[in-house]
Amino acid sequence: MTSLRKLENGVLTVGTFAAAALWIFPLYWAFITSMRSEDRVVSKEAGVLPDEFNPAAYIDILWNTNLVSWYINSIGTAVIITFTVVVSGMMCAYAISQMRFPGRRILYGVVLASFMVPSQALVVTQFILMNDMGLINTWAGIILPQLIVPVVIIVYKQFFDAVPKEMREAVVLDGGGDYTLLFKVYLPLNWGITTALGIITFIMAWNQFLWPFLAVTTENKMTIPVGITQVNDAFGVFYARLMSVALLGAMPVAIAYLIFQKKVTEAVMISSGVKG
Amino acid sequence: MAMLTNRRKEMAVAASLVAPFVLTFALVFLYPAIRLVELSFTNSPLIGAGEWVGFDNFTRLLSDKLFLTSLKNNGYFVLLTVIPTTAIALCIALMINRLRGSLQALALAIFFLPYILPVSVVTQIWTWMLDFQFGVLQPVIAFFFGKSVAVFKNPYWVMPTVAMVTIWWTNGFNVLLFIAGLRNIPKDYYEAAQLDGATRLQLFRRVTWPLLWPVTALVLTLQMILQLKIFDQIYLLTKGGPFNSSYVMLLMVYREAFQLNHGGYASAIALVLFIIIAAFSVLQYQLLRAGGRR
Repeated sequence: MTSLRKLENGVLTVGTFAAAALWIFPLYWAFITSMRSEDRVVSKEAGVLPDEFNPAAYIDILWNTNLVSWYINSIGTAVIITFTVVVSGMMCAYAISQMRFPGRRILYGVVLASFMVPSQALVVTQFILMNDMGLINTWAGIILPQLIVPVVIIVYKQFFDAVPKEMREAVVLDGGGDYTLLFKVYLPLNWGITTALGIITFIMAWNQFLWPFLAVTTENKMTIPVGITQVNDAFGVFYARLMSVALLGAMPVAIAYLIFQKKVTEAVMISSGVKG
Repeated sequence: MAMLTNRRKEMAVAASLVAPFVLTFALVFLYPAIRLVELSFTNSPLIGAGEWVGFDNFTRLLSDKLFLTSLKNNGYFVLLTVIPTTAIALCIALMINRLRGSLQALALAIFFLPYILPVSVVTQIWTWMLDFQFGVLQPVIAFFFGKSVAVFKNPYWVMPTVAMVTIWWTNGFNVLLFIAGLRNIPKDYYEAAQLDGATRLQLFRRVTWPLLWPVTALVLTLQMILQLKIFDQIYLLTKGGPFNSSYVMLLMVYREAFQLNHGGYASAIALVLFIIIAAFSVLQYQLLRAGGRR
């Protein structure tokens, strides 16, 4: 019985990694392709194993596209979005959770309701608004419509609600106001949540396609996900270069994920409410 | 008197705390939402004024073949993705959950990695893998179906292929949710059942499945809403073709607004999509609340 169990376990583990190998294959294949010359990529002899380490495609991409501008735009807009969303969400959640003011319940109702509304359905009128404000092809135009992330407020509120009331009293006795409470007590107590929400917001903003695609038309103002589709149009079917630009575009977040794997895993679990 | 000024001061502080969110919300969310409803009753172009046309846009929708095709394709896509991705994610989560230590971290990283890729990276890789002439998967397709298939140019293959790419891309998120759910199940349940001599299958059916159901329901509804909003992959892989066989609602919004300059009509379509998704979200919220009470 136990040896049967052992065999079963072995088979399951091997099966798991066979499935994992299949799952990672597209990325492996993109890498192999990107390291070959364009001729080699489409030749009959090119097998599934790595056989060439030719960085020509990467060099070509770095020289002949706006990749560096796209990096700067992506990092710049994603950082500003993340910071603004987390700070404004934290402040709003604190007020809803800890203070009494008229309209508090309505405000939280609006936050919950907007959580259920697809922002994609608003792109037409958001575009008209940004166009009226003269913000098409600017960072502000990319950033503004991405600043509403209701889940940040919802998660913060839950965690602020759970902070024991005694924590407040010491600060209040010393004459500290709500800003002191928020930044000296509630924020330090919830650093884990802040990192988690920051990570989730950053990944979302970095990968956003539809809105930046609509809000930007000039090539050097594009973000990474939009920019790399331009390489397609410029090169046609030069797959070594297409794969190298795709991998270069994916690299920063992929590396960050591999370094902070545990944090990201936790962040996804917390922000979707399955782990508190 | 002091109470009153204190109260007034607290209100001012509260107002300053909520102001950044409330003002941004009013500008980029509430105002566009109101404008969307307003525009859907006009014949305005994307930029510029139009005339009030009442319910014309909505009656036109009912007889617009492309809209009906899009609606149908949205439904088809939901069918092709929601249950398969939930099932696959559950299997993968079960497989990963029995591993320990660095083996578990490695397997999890591999299955989660695609989720953090930008959509255009995903579509470029799969376009290359499925290239009719040189794609590495064409021999596999030829082996099973007798000949190579230009998957994105074939009306029967196109939606299942986009669905497969979508599952590969987004599945890692669901795997994580299931793993979190599995970790929440107390170990003693399994130990008790094993003492009674339960088999692996019995353990799954009697312990795992019922206790995991709230997470399964969460994944199903989240996926439902997510997949109804599909645009990126379709636009990048097929642009709605061939013969409109992969046209979906959000793609139609995009085409009407930004290519045909029909701001009013596009708004009407967007409003319908908005209502459909909001309805599903309310349903999801109710389900989750019901799940939480249990």
